[in-house]
Amino acid sequence: MNSGILRQMRPTFVYALLGIIFMFAAPQVLQLFTIINLTTAIALAVLALSLALIWGYGGILCFGQVAFFGLGAYAYTISAINFGGSTWAILMAVMITSAFAAALGYFIFFGRVSDVYLGVITLTVTLIFFSLIRRTSGPEYKIGNALLGGFNGVSSPPINLPWNPTSFLFPEQVFYVAMAALILCYVFAGWLVNTKFGRVCQAIRENELRAELLGYDTRLYKLGIFTIGAGIAAIGGVLFCNGVGRITPDVFNLYNAALTIIWVIVGGRGTLIGPIGATFALFYLTSALGGQSVLNNNLVLGIILIFFVLLVPKGVAPTIIDWVNARRKKAPGRVRRRRGSRGEGAQ
Amino acid sequence: MTRQRGDVVVETRDLCMHFGGVRAVDQVDFTLFDRELRCLIGPNGAGKSTFFKCLTGQLRPTSGEVLIRGQEMTGAEPFEVASLGVGIKTQVPNVFDGLTAEENIWLSARRWHGDARARALTAETIERLKLGDIRRMLVGRLAHGQRQWVELGMVVAAEPWLVLLDEPAAGMTHEETFRTAELIEEINKTSALIVVEHDMQFIRMISRTVTLFHEGRILMQDTMEAISADKRAREVYLGHRA
Repeated sequence: MNSGILRQMRPTFVYALLGIIFMFAAPQVLQLFTIINLTTAIALAVLALSLALIWGYGGILCFGQVAFFGLGAYAYTISAINFGGSTWAILMAVMITSAFAAALGYFIFFGRVSDVYLGVITLTVTLIFFSLIRRTSGPEYKIGNALLGGFNGVSSPPINLPWNPTSFLFPEQVFYVAMAALILCYVFAGWLVNTKFGRVCQAIRENELRAELLGYDTRLYKLGIFTIGAGIAAIGGVLFCNGVGRITPDVFNLYNAALTIIWVIVGGRGTLIGPIGATFALFYLTSALGGQSVLNNNLVLGIILIFFVLLVPKGVAPTIIDWVNARRKKAPGRVRRRRGSRGEGAQ
Repeated sequence: MTRQRGDVVVETRDLCMHFGGVRAVDQVDFTLFDRELRCLIGPNGAGKSTFFKCLTGQLRPTSGEVLIRGQEMTGAEPFEVASLGVGIKTQVPNVFDGLTAEENIWLSARRWHGDARARALTAETIERLKLGDIRRMLVGRLAHGQRQWVELGMVVAAEPWLVLLDEPAAGMTHEETFRTAELIEEINKTSALIVVEHDMQFIRMISRTVTLFHEGRILMQDTMEAISADKRAREVYLGHRA
């Protein structure tokens, strides 16, 4: 029934197409500095996408999604230094992070840890990484040839062409890679939520007991989407340390952990494009605020969060979708288009 | 599947469920035969729902055994019980509020079948339960009775050979209750059923054999007429109603 999935993924393809246009147009009109900055924003958008997937569709409020992001970045950097090339390092980053998430998730989901404690555990894991890596500044803390560097972090080797370690990509090329990765991850996530697996995950989000009573082993599904989300976050981490040029333990701090949640709240749970858009918007807002000294950056972010929680609790994208749907229904004399046979797919 | 009418499909041996000092279910030996329709009745706190939850894996019994089709299922997870082909409806409607009625039912059918068959089965179930008007509505926006029906639809769509219903008619209108009784009769043509109920009228509509719970134990097991006629049963339960 592939045609059905493709039909439900139509909005996903539309956004992916817009992304492709942006990918090729942006370097033509924007300055290199902006492009380098954009690469970082794209990396963060991949992180937001991963949380949008596991929280918005899997119902798993992971407060430490940034742990997988940072772990991916560190795994990439350390592997790239040791292997002398990025090809296997990228794969290692995704695999190590997913394996770590699978192990952590196994104890959480098969131990039937409740939602609140899941948030606490994942946040704690993030902060443990933060404290642990900050203390690795001596020369004795090295993995292979890579010094961990404590709170100064490690400088990350740039991505090179596959199996050609001497052909480093230039910042503009890294932008293409990042944008392509974001689009691919987005389409993959959009496809995933429309598969049987994705639909069962949404069912579990709605009512875990009912999903169990239908005969689904909810622990396996939750572990699955959690692990996949961690893998996507790791890809974001790889892009991030490429955009910035180094990775420091600050990636694991409380501020970043909370920021990820804010992107998804503002963008809207239950959509994938919303959190991606919110990440870009808030990233540029933060940059703009950084250029002035009248208002404190965190204060503004706090106000935005409170505004959304109180007044737009569903987030931007779902609110717009509801509004459009309501208007479409009201519009007189128009033949109402039939929606996909099983409701709205991924947006 | 070789099943015969006389086969035992559910059996509990010496089943106990204690909460602290409260013996919610106490040494219950229970047997259900294939294609049987059994009602569990009893006053509030008699242990019917606790017994039900022990059968469905929602509670792990303190001691004793639960066997479903001869398989030891004591303390199994709910999905393991459901995976045997058991359809379960809980007391409080357990539905997927954020999904449409159609999606709810599809998720049940899809557990057992490929997508094409699941869709056909979903359409069939919607037709059969007359849910056509609400199929595309979010279940969270439906009235209580309609939600109950969506949940019954989920049970039916899985084509279970054993159906466990906890107060299926609770909160339904008279018309809906009547239709539920009809549906139960229909389900009973192909599957065994255990129905926990309060509504005496409803039980009279569907009942064959009734098991009367009292203080965690089985007090009587007979036809509704016999139970209505029994003095002890009237005292514990029916006295103030019938």
